[in-house]
Amino acid sequence: MSRPLLTVEHLTMRFGGLTAINDVSFEAQAGHITAVIGPNGAGKTTVFNCLTGFYKPTVGRLTLTRPGSDQSFLLERLDDFRITKTAGVARTFQNIRLFTGMSVLENLMVAQHNRLMRASGYSLLGLAGWPSFRKAEAEAVEKARFWLNRTGLIARADEPAGSLPYGDQRRLEIARAMCTDPALLCLDEPAAGLNPRESAELNALLLMIRNDYGVGLLLIEHDMSVVMEISDHIVVLDYGRKIAEGTPAQIKANPDVIRAYLGEDDEAEGAVA
Amino acid sequence: MAVADLNAATRPAPATPFQAALKDAALVALVAMALAGPIVGLQTVDRGGSLTVDARFAEVAVGIVIVFFGRLGLALSDRGLRLPSYGIAAGLAAAGFLLPWPTDLLGVLAIAAGAALVIRGLAGQYGAHRQSKAALATETDEEKADRLRRLFTRGLGFLLLAAAVLLPMMPFANSYILDTAIRVLTYMMLAWGLNIVIGLAGLLDLGYVAFYAVGAYTYALLSKDHGFGFWGALPLSGLFAASFGVLLGFPVLRLRGDYLAIVTLGFGEIIRIVLLNWTNFSGGPNGIGSIPRLTFFGHPFVRNAPEGVVPFHQLFGLDFSPLHRSIFFFYLILVLALVVNVFTIRIRRLPVGRAWEALREDEIACRALGINPTNTKLTAFAIGAMFAGFAGSFFATTQSFVSPESFTFLESAMILAIVVLGGMGSQLGVALAAILVIGLTEAFRGLAEYRMLVFGLGMVLIMIWRPRGLLSHRDPTILINSGKGVRP
Repeated sequence: MSRPLLTVEHLTMRFGGLTAINDVSFEAQAGHITAVIGPNGAGKTTVFNCLTGFYKPTVGRLTLTRPGSDQSFLLERLDDFRITKTAGVARTFQNIRLFTGMSVLENLMVAQHNRLMRASGYSLLGLAGWPSFRKAEAEAVEKARFWLNRTGLIARADEPAGSLPYGDQRRLEIARAMCTDPALLCLDEPAAGLNPRESAELNALLLMIRNDYGVGLLLIEHDMSVVMEISDHIVVLDYGRKIAEGTPAQIKANPDVIRAYLGEDDEAEGAVA
Repeated sequence: MAVADLNAATRPAPATPFQAALKDAALVALVAMALAGPIVGLQTVDRGGSLTVDARFAEVAVGIVIVFFGRLGLALSDRGLRLPSYGIAAGLAAAGFLLPWPTDLLGVLAIAAGAALVIRGLAGQYGAHRQSKAALATETDEEKADRLRRLFTRGLGFLLLAAAVLLPMMPFANSYILDTAIRVLTYMMLAWGLNIVIGLAGLLDLGYVAFYAVGAYTYALLSKDHGFGFWGALPLSGLFAASFGVLLGFPVLRLRGDYLAIVTLGFGEIIRIVLLNWTNFSGGPNGIGSIPRLTFFGHPFVRNAPEGVVPFHQLFGLDFSPLHRSIFFFYLILVLALVVNVFTIRIRRLPVGRAWEALREDEIACRALGINPTNTKLTAFAIGAMFAGFAGSFFATTQSFVSPESFTFLESAMILAIVVLGGMGSQLGVALAAILVIGLTEAFRGLAEYRMLVFGLGMVLIMIWRPRGLLSHRDPTILINSGKGVRP
């Protein structure tokens, strides 16, 4: 196997005196689903924010290598919007961030901004209604239609995104991230608030993205039924440290992980009881 | 069981609607008595230098009776007893016409009360009818309503445009009406420009008039000191204003909301104060006068042109009229405003327009989608400033005089008021609001300083009735299920 899609080396993030992430290293492969799990406050979302440029890490190197090319990007040096634009890292948010007043389709069109902007000659050709821009726009609509079909949102494409039910909004946010043509898709608790049926649909969608597009997925999730079912690789964080890493089967059997989730099984507690 | 029986026994029998209405009316009549007693019932009269108090009990009594019956009718109508309510209305109106009243005003009030009851009753019936229909509404009804609304807005837009094109040809078009229309259109153009910044990109700019000033002064200096003609100076003024927009925008656009508003407010004042104090450059408080007046492509609007220049009226073989100049200005600003309008409608459907709206909705999500927020905001700021610059050069050439007086914060507030009243992002709404705001302040010119009070009252009322502006509906820029994009 060639170089991994994402390499995180010695990532440390401090906020003043608080060390949110302490020397975490892991890798994520293209065409794999890598889950980052851990109890509340373990630093999972902070890892995401470092990866997507919302935070600048205190220490560490984040290397992204797009498959098919040997070009590497050092994410910690890029502006947040360039990480999506040039390195191809897309993300969704724990609390959904759609453009609620705009239509579902418009949300997906905004996601293809950079390509359309070039095609519109930075608006000059677009204002003139240039044929090449019309063609690019039609292609963008087709791409949006494709993802709307895949997420089952096509019937409501012209309605405001804010009027969709919660589960649909989650799926729309994933579709929007996919419209940026990412190499790595970071999903921050995509199954939060979904009912079992929606969660099963989500699993199918994520597996489809992995299998058909070779996109690497990085997943923060609390719902173990999702994590254990679809993950290829799991990284466990606790108090900002990586305590375990491995396949779902290995993680299930790992005593450190069980301790982190269920608490210490120590003598003193037993004596009191 | 036993408890329920007990409750039923002790609870008084529920009041019939009629009793409840009677009680309500009596209560209101009591309040009316308390208020009207001293206010209407006691009249101070000046008798030979000393102030005495006269009592007017008859008026008070009659007034209270009107209030009682009016309220009774209203209360009955609200409780669904429409027929008795109409009866009371008829009685009140008849009494207003037939009975001898202590003062005429009371008779008029009685008639008005009757009319109000009828209107209220009809409105209530209509509302109930609509509600029963809305309960049965289906998808197709919604679509139909949508299409109707779109047809209505488009029709209204064309109607306004036709009215504007025909206005100078109307027999009543005198120079006052034309000048007012020019003012309305200038503000409309400014508001359309500001609409890009505030309505689309969501950047609260309180110093928009600064760019208007930059455009006006650039035009004044270019045409007076450097011999530029209108068509040469116009684009340069716009570009200059746009570069001021970029200059201001670059450091401040990382600020959001209130902070951006304060900084732009400060910038607006800085420009005005610099113009006021840099006497060598801008003439200070005296401003810049005798800016060359706009000519009709080289043909001036004057009775007697200097040697070798053909004035406008001779060119077309007309009699000289001072209206010609106003008419030309009117059409010019109409064209300029329409250019801004068409530009905005088109750019809203381009990627940059969608990115503006997306930035307004959620900047963090935009960053996560790879949109450069600074550049996107800067384009909005610069384009808005450019249109203000165009409007400024038009202002300079029509007035042939500019001074810092014309670019106070009040102007920014006025333009902002138009945008907010019209409904942020709505082109037609902004046009209507410009007509309303400038028209109202003109209509109440007779009230002198108090017209600002009327203006404020109008704003409050509109904000109560339509808190999101006159026309606040947003049409998507592109549709997939019905095939093609709609025109806003």
